[in-house]
Amino acid sequence: MTRAVGTRAAMRRGASHCRALGHVAQRTAMLLAVVLLLAGCGRNMADQPNLRPLQGSEFFADGAGMRPPLEGTVSRREGAIDPVFLTGQDANGLVTQLPVELTLELLQRGQERYDIFCSVCHGHTGAGDGMIVSRGFPAPTSFHDQRLLDASVGYYFSAMTNGFGRMYSYASRIPPEDRWAIAGYVKALQLSQNATLDDVPAEVRLELEHSEGRVR
Amino acid sequence: MPQIFPPNANAFVRWALIGGGLFVGLLALALPIYARTVNNAVGVPVAQPVAFPHNLHTAQLGIDCRFCHTSVEVAASANVPATETCMGCHSQIRVGDPLLAAVAGSWDSGLPLAWNRVHDLPDYAYFNHSAHITNGVGCSTCHGRVDQMTEIWKEEPMTMGWCLECHRAPERFVRPRSEVFNMAYVPPADQLTLGAELVASYHIDTDKLPQCSTCHR
Repeated sequence: MTRAVGTRAAMRRGASHCRALGHVAQRTAMLLAVVLLLAGCGRNMADQPNLRPLQGSEFFADGAGMRPPLEGTVSRREGAIDPVFLTGQDANGLVTQLPVELTLELLQRGQERYDIFCSVCHGHTGAGDGMIVSRGFPAPTSFHDQRLLDASVGYYFSAMTNGFGRMYSYASRIPPEDRWAIAGYVKALQLSQNATLDDVPAEVRLELEHSEGRVR
Repeated sequence: MPQIFPPNANAFVRWALIGGGLFVGLLALALPIYARTVNNAVGVPVAQPVAFPHNLHTAQLGIDCRFCHTSVEVAASANVPATETCMGCHSQIRVGDPLLAAVAGSWDSGLPLAWNRVHDLPDYAYFNHSAHITNGVGCSTCHGRVDQMTEIWKEEPMTMGWCLECHRAPERFVRPRSEVFNMAYVPPADQLTLGAELVASYHIDTDKLPQCSTCHR
């Protein structure tokens, strides 16, 4: 027993003698590793100090992290674009022609956007009988009213851009390209709702008459 | 040599084995449930400053998701609408309703409504709504039937394993683009066949999709 203790003590002495320097380095390395590992605890990588879209911030008085552009800010994109495209007006007032090429794709895009943003009040046919109207919103004028049938395409663009009556501006929600597409579609909608059979191309007419007969 | 264990030790070991097995099984069952619900708040309604009923506005009134979440098709973040969007109708409808007091207050003060976040991905995970929308991932695939929710909650765990369920096999979930905003969409019986065709036609890079840098960039 005593011999074993003696041996162990001797070993300890020898070890401490040989590894005095090594011990300090080892302990420092271990401590460093523990500190580094501790830094991995918590959610500081998941919740980084930078702000994400719509995230709040106590730094600003209004509590919002996203900042509105300063007053007088000029958009580089819009600064390079023809003002007619952005306002729907030229020197002679509201434009009567689309400032973009009229294509089937444009009208289809206009239909999709109209159904998303406009149909809630104006109705899918433009009669001014949308779902929100049945819930108590004052009914807008039908697009098939004579005054609006006569209105130019620029008039519709301007109404969407600046708002009209009880309708708020949609400029922040619908980009100008889509506002033109919708304006074009509204004109198409007016044609469709006031069309006669003579407006239908001959090859489609037969099909139409056939399907109409079947429905009835 | 005398016996160390009494004869009933065998029964003890047997029961300990059965109990241990049961314990491990229950743990395997309970941990994912915990991770998906308690820890991840799946299915737990998130209180909001305004009790906005999604079901009333979408399923009943027929308003498209994009009427309010306008940036979902073009940006990484699907925006929460500005107070202006609420007031577009509520300047006329339910004026003075106490349920809408916070909206009217925000409109008067110009201070934004502080909605409580429902889906909070870790900041080291990159997510882009528009990339998913344009590649045929429907709203309801990740968000569930929001059109039937009176209160909003997280439908899916939004964990990495859950993301990979689709990123490893997108053909299981991808829909025709025309059906992305259809909340009631039910995948057809031949989803895997249709899904594979759509994945090919959308040019979805299935090799790159499950790689780390797709989401951790």
